[in-house]
Amino acid sequence: MVENLLTEKLTAADPMLPGLFRIHRILKESYDTFTVELVSLEGYQTFPFEAGQFNMLYVYGVGEIPVSISGDPLHPETLVHTTRVVGTVTRAMRELKIGDVIGVRGPFGSAWPVQAAKGNDLVFVAGGIGLAPLRPALYQILAQRDRYGKIVLLYGCRSPEDILFRKELEKWRARFDLEIYVTVDYANTRWHGNVGVVTKLIPKAPFDPLNTIAMVCGPEVMMRFTAIELQKRGVNPDNIYISMERNMKCAVGFCGHCQFGPTFICKNGPVYPYSQMQNWLTMWEI
Amino acid sequence: MALPSSFPVSPPLIFERKDLQKLLEVLNAQGYRVIGPTVRDGAVIYDEVQSDHEFPVGWTDSQSAGTYRLEKSDSKALFAYTASPQSWKRFLHPPALTLWEAHRSNGTFQITAEDASPRYAFVGVRACELQAIAIQDKVFLYSEFMDPHYKARRENTFIVAVNCGRAGGTCFCVSMNTGPKASSGFDLALTEILEDERHYFVVEIGSEAGAEIMRELPHRPAGEGEIEAAERILAQTAASMGRELKTDDLKELLYRSYESPRWDDVARRCLTCGNCTLVCPTCFCTTVEDVTDLTGEQAQRVRKWDSCFTMDFSYIHGGSVRYSTKSRYRQWLTHKLATWIDQFGTSGCVGCGRCITWCPVGIDITEEVQAVRAGGGKTSKKGAKHENV
Repeated sequence: MVENLLTEKLTAADPMLPGLFRIHRILKESYDTFTVELVSLEGYQTFPFEAGQFNMLYVYGVGEIPVSISGDPLHPETLVHTTRVVGTVTRAMRELKIGDVIGVRGPFGSAWPVQAAKGNDLVFVAGGIGLAPLRPALYQILAQRDRYGKIVLLYGCRSPEDILFRKELEKWRARFDLEIYVTVDYANTRWHGNVGVVTKLIPKAPFDPLNTIAMVCGPEVMMRFTAIELQKRGVNPDNIYISMERNMKCAVGFCGHCQFGPTFICKNGPVYPYSQMQNWLTMWEI
Repeated sequence: MALPSSFPVSPPLIFERKDLQKLLEVLNAQGYRVIGPTVRDGAVIYDEVQSDHEFPVGWTDSQSAGTYRLEKSDSKALFAYTASPQSWKRFLHPPALTLWEAHRSNGTFQITAEDASPRYAFVGVRACELQAIAIQDKVFLYSEFMDPHYKARRENTFIVAVNCGRAGGTCFCVSMNTGPKASSGFDLALTEILEDERHYFVVEIGSEAGAEIMRELPHRPAGEGEIEAAERILAQTAASMGRELKTDDLKELLYRSYESPRWDDVARRCLTCGNCTLVCPTCFCTTVEDVTDLTGEQAQRVRKWDSCFTMDFSYIHGGSVRYSTKSRYRQWLTHKLATWIDQFGTSGCVGCGRCITWCPVGIDITEEVQAVRAGGGKTSKKGAKHENV
């Protein structure tokens, strides 16, 4: 099967060796966030992955960073990554043009429980760029909408200018089978939506807590308080999933940088049931 | 190759000291680059050896927390030294390794990876070091992913283990159940014996490759007295360990002790220099460096040993996760003795004592564990309970 070849080549032979991809499209998402669409230069027609997984992206001569995949798992013809400009590599990546080549290793890590969540209500809680790793799960779930109960997306960002995937959110909002609530930390008078942290949206969100799977991605402190609010509503911590972030150099459990308690986030995570992580998250400097 | 195997144990053989040079020659003739102990810069280190004269004849060492001294004696023993500041890790998992090179042309680039790994024969691998190699095997060969660089080196390596005729001042292999006798993971294992003007080795064969080498060397079956002499030496070594580490309930104790006040105490002494991680034969952490030449046409990715004691190690946008000394020492010790077990099914400590000897301020892992234990896993502030993940 063609689909399996790439994964096998990258992980079985030498997991440290990048494959080459050409930039097919670049989208500016906000003043500091952009999306790149990549196609394989080595003849692979698709790049199969699971929602929640990440790749290591290499910019020639600059360095390599982990970036979650933000595209549609049902359309793996292009590989889609959304990233915020925060460091040397993302800054260099922003300067790249259509047709430029970058290195890709992956996909790595654990996935959102998209299949296991069937039959349940779903709550997505995203903070800032945390919406990007959740988008593949949203695509996949909306493609089989009838298999799930109520679906709610709660999204918090710093300001209205930081809202990601705005057009897509508007399109989704127009659907009658998906509730979207957005809140921002601060805004000027043109903003008529919610102001405040995303956790404030949880008490009123329409879902059945006893029959809900929550997928949460954002800053660690936001995920912690989101999980606490969800538990207050009665959601079982085993049914809350979070996506963790740490320094990653190798993505395959060799370099040790992403250790968190007894796990390596690159291979045991990044997606974990909150119940596995909750005690560790209450401690500093793990 | 000395990957774990169930090679049947053959009866011990005797191999005379005077024939040791032949062993080196046979290994050389078979295409191995022989690495053995030799004295350099006031220490026993592991490097390429051509002749048995290069072995540390008559040298022994005195080791304690923060101290290593070579001492010369009249003895003709070759292997009377204890843990070297180096470990075999530097050959199987080199301190710097080019993972690949990229060449830029015509608006794109090509990546090529070549790794010509030497065929090593290690002479003088201690029991604790065999266990350290087995532990790194778990990290690089038997986890979800496999490191082809490590595999190429490891598979081709011939291992001559040497059982310890004496214990060092910071040794605690008996506590960690890794020594002083090599029990598996070797091609040949020697016990050096000097008595009644005789100087010989009791040899155990651990693999077919080992048997093949022995066939080319003069040997004879060991007599009962010789086997007993070897056993006596090993029993004496086991009884004279410089340190002890109580391992009962150790993982659970450390999981309970994330808030132990002892971490504050050790943080007042620890320099976060990373010496302990560099001398440790199991510490495997690395970083990568991306470099280009001046023209920008050639780029390289180099993997280098890293240490969890640096600020940079846990850096993510916004800062380091482990910014205090306390959290970095806690990470190292807790990983070594507790979380490692959940990750790899074995402790990350083999009891070689290097981290104690080479700590510039003499921090002693056995003493720190004892102090945490004395605290009973009490917490300094809030009493968070931690479960295994």
